[in-house]
Amino acid sequence: MDTGVVRNRPALIGAAWLRHGLLLVPLLFLLVFFFYPLLAVFAVSLWPDGQLDLSGFARIVTSDYYRETLWFTFWQAAVSTALTLALALPAAYVFVRFRFPGKSLWLALATLPFVLPTIVVASAFSALVGPRGLLNTLLMSLFALPAPPIQLDRTLAIILIVHVFYNVAVALRLIAGFWAHQNPRIEEAARVLGAHGWRLWWYVRLPLLRPAILAAAALVFIFTFTSFGVVVVLGGPRFATLEVEVYRQAVNLFNLPVAAALSLVQIVLMIAMLVVYTRLQKSIRLDFSAAVTVTQPPRTLSERLLVGATLTVMSIFLFLPLAALVMTSITVGETGLTLSYYAGLTSNPRGSVLFVPPIQAIGNSLVFALVTTVLAVGFGLLSAYLLVNERSRLVRWLDPLFMLPLAVSAVTLGFGFLVALDEPPLNLRSSALLIPLAHTLVAMPFVIRSVLPALRSIPPNVREAAQVLGASPAVVWWRVDLPLISRGVLVGAIFAFTVSMGEFGASLFVARPDTPTIPIAIFRLLGQPGAVNYGQALAMSVILLAVSALGFLLIERLRTYGVGEF
Amino acid sequence: MLYRLLVMVCILLVVTAPAAAQDATITLVTHDSFNVSEDVLQQFQDETGITVEILRAGDAGVLVNQSILTKDNPLGDVLFGIDNTFLGRALAADVFAPYESPLLADVPDEFKLDPENRVTPIDFGDVCLNYDVAYFDETALPLPESLADLTKPEYKGLLAVQNPATSSPGLAFLLASIANFGDEGDYTYLDFWSDLVANDVYISDDWTDAYFAQFSGSSGSMGTRPLVVSYASSPPVEVYFMETPPDTAPTGSIVADMTCFRQIEFAGVLAGARNPEGAQQFIDFMLSEAFQEDMPLQMFVFPVNPAAELPEVFAQYAAVAENPAVLDADLIDAKREEWIQAWSETVLR
Repeated sequence: MDTGVVRNRPALIGAAWLRHGLLLVPLLFLLVFFFYPLLAVFAVSLWPDGQLDLSGFARIVTSDYYRETLWFTFWQAAVSTALTLALALPAAYVFVRFRFPGKSLWLALATLPFVLPTIVVASAFSALVGPRGLLNTLLMSLFALPAPPIQLDRTLAIILIVHVFYNVAVALRLIAGFWAHQNPRIEEAARVLGAHGWRLWWYVRLPLLRPAILAAAALVFIFTFTSFGVVVVLGGPRFATLEVEVYRQAVNLFNLPVAAALSLVQIVLMIAMLVVYTRLQKSIRLDFSAAVTVTQPPRTLSERLLVGATLTVMSIFLFLPLAALVMTSITVGETGLTLSYYAGLTSNPRGSVLFVPPIQAIGNSLVFALVTTVLAVGFGLLSAYLLVNERSRLVRWLDPLFMLPLAVSAVTLGFGFLVALDEPPLNLRSSALLIPLAHTLVAMPFVIRSVLPALRSIPPNVREAAQVLGASPAVVWWRVDLPLISRGVLVGAIFAFTVSMGEFGASLFVARPDTPTIPIAIFRLLGQPGAVNYGQALAMSVILLAVSALGFLLIERLRTYGVGEF
Repeated sequence: MLYRLLVMVCILLVVTAPAAAQDATITLVTHDSFNVSEDVLQQFQDETGITVEILRAGDAGVLVNQSILTKDNPLGDVLFGIDNTFLGRALAADVFAPYESPLLADVPDEFKLDPENRVTPIDFGDVCLNYDVAYFDETALPLPESLADLTKPEYKGLLAVQNPATSSPGLAFLLASIANFGDEGDYTYLDFWSDLVANDVYISDDWTDAYFAQFSGSSGSMGTRPLVVSYASSPPVEVYFMETPPDTAPTGSIVADMTCFRQIEFAGVLAGARNPEGAQQFIDFMLSEAFQEDMPLQMFVFPVNPAAELPEVFAQYAAVAENPAVLDADLIDAKREEWIQAWSETVLR
């Protein structure tokens, strides 16, 4: 990223050193808060009494069950990723090319599923497609059927559908964010040269979008590979991913050698896949330019049909379950409407210390999410600059490392924090700060993946030109880099915020003082019998949705550079 | 911006570094279901001058694992929430320091599982079958009176249970079946479970799914199964949390002999506690009538102190098993993994 121009100026050498030092900050963060705890928990698990215990590996290798688990983990992730991309690509096209009413609201709505705890998503889907859910009741009365026609409970289909439901926004935002920056003249030239229909997609659009598609595929694959809640709650005990097995071994059986061995297998597989991904991710020098993508309202009939079809599919997949959730939260009994669950959230009739006033939960969630967003965007940007020089051999190895926090189960890392961060100066294991730090580890890869494709595509001559014209490195960054990557930064910030709002695995495995977030309040309500608790849990989920949606819209407002509206 | 970021991180690190331990503070390490009335806790703090800080650590299983992993440098002074299915593991790891509370003398012997008093019993709850009262009224089907009854054809497709590998009531129900049928002989617990599977039992991974989504008796439920594994305290809680109190409870629990498994929850002073005296005072407080009478409506469990009076809704709707299934804590610890593994292979594959 550095250019000769800078090095030739003695006055700036200090600044250059400073910048190199800054680039190492995220690496240091990762070392202290990720690799060190991870190594500590592996040490405790695999060297319990000063002796190496590899019995866990022996059990994995000799067991058919673990081989099947591994195979299932792999292929369900591959299928989920393919389905997610198949839905996200046409949607991205519609969002990049066309202007239609309520566009940013649609996009915010599409991101919402990402914040919901799995148990709430399960409730939403069962209210919609369960045996006594909305759709089945409707179909049964319409066609006088004796039994519910839709039987999705505990099937592979429901796992895949919910994976798509969760992840489609990741792919949509990453791809659309990248696409909006592309110079449309390439495509115009292709059209002039006679490329139309599938040829235009196959030879022009897909190759141009490859960096963003690969980045999205990598993220979605990792997410579904390490899927826990969806598989446990919706798939039931007959389905298990590696992540589920790690949890069962570590928490329920306290078999740390096996849990650590499974965790290590998962990490090694992830590194292997990420290395392949980094290899594929060879950059294409795109002609990037600011503020050229022009959106227009759909004009022809086929354009209208495309926009209409995309929005319809999105509605069915994404919004119907959310609407079912909202409906259930204001329904009492079979038909009665009520707001009493919302009202009940604010009162504490039992005077208990466990009671969480919703304002406090919202406040905690927002503070954690803000700290996470700031840290993740800061560290993520620095990491992206560290990784942008892809000719370096070092970078080829560093890139997968930055993605690894997504591939390590929350319980492994949670136990690692306990074992490793227990002495001053890092006696953080019972500090509330640990929660945003854990969230930052998970959020950083989103920022890196959304910024890096844009950063790689900045033509060096633009920066050089600015320097020749007398701009200092800071001015170059402010005036050249930032406008070109701002869309990526924004996408990354939104996901960092979302990850933190909805995440609660990590929050559950670190011992924590009483700083309950919205997901934790939901979890506590669902842990007790009684209709009021269930209703209030759903009401709290709707509040989570509302607060998150407001957050997205506010972050979108932060965009000061009018770069390619999409 | 980056400088500011770094400065901020440093400030955060400094600000949140824990203050030096003071004698007037104890830290209670507990699970997510721990609960107490604000005024009851405040009374303890006023009387003793001790401030109680509460650290929560996930569910009971996570709690036990965390306490073992941190036994050389414990997270706090006193731990509450370890039950008899996990007790053997924690005792074997020397997590607790012995303490014999003077109030222990009143507690019935059946609850005292550790002769060295490293842990003190605080509450108990029976994991029992719950049933949908309306369903059994309408169909005139008699209630099952033993676990073996559940394998009869008239109960086909009626029962939802939890996976013992991931759920605490699920494990308790598995242990009840082992206490009933044993793990060797002509008809073992595995034969019972094979018969349950043949009788279309529904297996959820956690209590929440089984109770709210599968059980038809929970109010507003979409569930279709009138029998579920839950707690003997669930019916009064169901009544307590209804929008309008009903004339009769919508659910009931079956407490026939050997059908329930008793979970006893313990507290203990953590070995290496910074304030062991404060921790001991807190254990006395947990056995006191004020705390014991507060527990039922806060944690939906029963007091071990016989002097504690039950709240009205419990007195009216809760049943206590006269003769629950029992297994030795050391035996549970020794064979838990083997039993769960065998169960998984029989039931899930």
